[in-house]
Amino acid sequence: MSRSSVWQVASLVALLVATGATPLTAQLSTYGVGRPPTPEEVRAWELTIPPDGQGLPPGKGTAALGQAVFAAQCAACHGATGEDPTYSRLVGGQGTLTTDKPIQTIGSFWQYATTLWSYIRRAQPFNNPGSLTADQVYAVTAYILYRNGIIGEQEVMDATTLPRVTMPNRDGFVPDPRPDVGQGSK
Amino acid sequence: MSDPTTHPESSRQDRSRRRFLQGGVALSAALAAGVGLPLAGQAQPAPDDPAKSLGAPLRPYGERAPSAAQGRVTQAKPAERGGSFTPLDETLGIITPSDLHYVVQRGGRPDIDPQKHRLLISGLVDRPVLLTMEELKRLPSTSRILFLECSGNSRLGRPPTPKSVQGTHGLTACSEWTGVPLAILLRDVGVQPGARWLVAEGADATGNERSLPLAKVMDDVLVAYGQNGEALRPDNGYPLRLIVPGWEGNVNVKWLRRLTLVDRPYMTRMESTGHASLMPDGTARQFNFVMEAKSVITFPSGGQQLGGPGFYEIRGLAWSGRGLVRRVEVSTNDGQTWQDASLQEPVLPRAHTRFRLAWHWDGREAVLQSRCTDETGYVQPTLAEVVRVRGQNFVFFNNAIHSWRVAADGSVHNVQV
Repeated sequence: MSRSSVWQVASLVALLVATGATPLTAQLSTYGVGRPPTPEEVRAWELTIPPDGQGLPPGKGTAALGQAVFAAQCAACHGATGEDPTYSRLVGGQGTLTTDKPIQTIGSFWQYATTLWSYIRRAQPFNNPGSLTADQVYAVTAYILYRNGIIGEQEVMDATTLPRVTMPNRDGFVPDPRPDVGQGSK
Repeated sequence: MSDPTTHPESSRQDRSRRRFLQGGVALSAALAAGVGLPLAGQAQPAPDDPAKSLGAPLRPYGERAPSAAQGRVTQAKPAERGGSFTPLDETLGIITPSDLHYVVQRGGRPDIDPQKHRLLISGLVDRPVLLTMEELKRLPSTSRILFLECSGNSRLGRPPTPKSVQGTHGLTACSEWTGVPLAILLRDVGVQPGARWLVAEGADATGNERSLPLAKVMDDVLVAYGQNGEALRPDNGYPLRLIVPGWEGNVNVKWLRRLTLVDRPYMTRMESTGHASLMPDGTARQFNFVMEAKSVITFPSGGQQLGGPGFYEIRGLAWSGRGLVRRVEVSTNDGQTWQDASLQEPVLPRAHTRFRLAWHWDGREAVLQSRCTDETGYVQPTLAEVVRVRGQNFVFFNNAIHSWRVAADGSVHNVQV
């Protein structure tokens, strides 16, 4: 029996065991295309890490260890200390968001440390995305947070500690109120 | 954070100059600029009377006349990361040719084998599924003509000031998109009661990830594989992309490979930082999705040259992420008086709408503006109104009325952003 047939039979069984008194959430597929992914396939692609850290893998790192990773993998674009604005400035700018010349960096603007981890693992370094180990991602994340004065140099970042980091601009975001301008605004 | 997609230096003069440059310098300049140019020496001069010689043979795939080789203008640093702007000053009607559709990419254009490409639907669904392109194309499909616009289009306050409409407004385009309504796919896999958001991810090097509220997803979002009657262009997401009608370009995830149903937004880079926009009080507006009503005159526009006083048809484009364009007004005297422009039928919701107005130029300096009203009654604001409410650092989502100054010598200039 093919995988897809097994899947359809399983769906049918689920349908049959559901009682008439409860609404059915598991309805049969109308089109029956595709196949169920394996757990490995889902793990390989479901890489986005939400603020509570769900899905963060084992591993750990500190800023002290991350400095070498940063120097080797990141400094060419972001500068030795992460303050080069040529591409994305990563460090500094805290206290500037209300000024005429705001400096939006990870330290001054980003909302969640998990976003940083997730993005580095998936998309960095620019010319070799997805090449860092989990330990390297934890370490270089720790280094950027440390350079921004958010954590200590020896503080260990892992699946438990990273989601607990409170970013300085965590509460700086508001929902979109548009329309807010012109004759169409409320 | 600096974003190279919004610093266009394009101008008609720049492009023309590049076209006429010769040899290796021209080629490397063209490659650096990313502009598709006819190679020097390739084109034969056209005969004086084409009726007196046998024409060229049939061919499997056409191409533009060499003399009509308009191109996108690219602003990128490095070359894989940036934007490529649609020449709105030269496009006609409401459909943007696929090869001129604007492009924004942050990790290069991926090379994807459609035989190997898969779409994963996972998370809070009854039946997670992995679909091939062949399977997706068997499902019920639909085609819709819809605009896309980067929220950084007409971005405020970053030099150098663009000269042309390609530079000021070239990060919008309009295509007929064909694909599967996502609601059909999701109903088929069974959305679980706790699902509120959808995380969509692309298969490119940056893995553009965006969280979208389920209500919008079930309303009108498409999983698209077709663009203007063909497969998507690689620049625009081949073989599969999300189309989210009326919402900022970035959520229309290209090279789509994953849709995961979740209970909350996942706060990806682009939603928690990149496309959140800063207000004067230091707060940032987040989940700014809809592209509000906007219009721009494409002829006459910046960098163009009028041949002298007389008749000109003023032409432009209007669009609204909230639905239909109801009205476009045009002013030729810096907003003192306005006249209704005619709208080209069919006027379609969340699509570019072409407007036109007859104009007799008297040869004196004139400032041309257009102002659109959408079906919700929303009227396109002035730049002063936008800046008064949002300040100078709310650089995205600028939909202000745009001004072109026609000088007495017929030259046309950008006098704004």
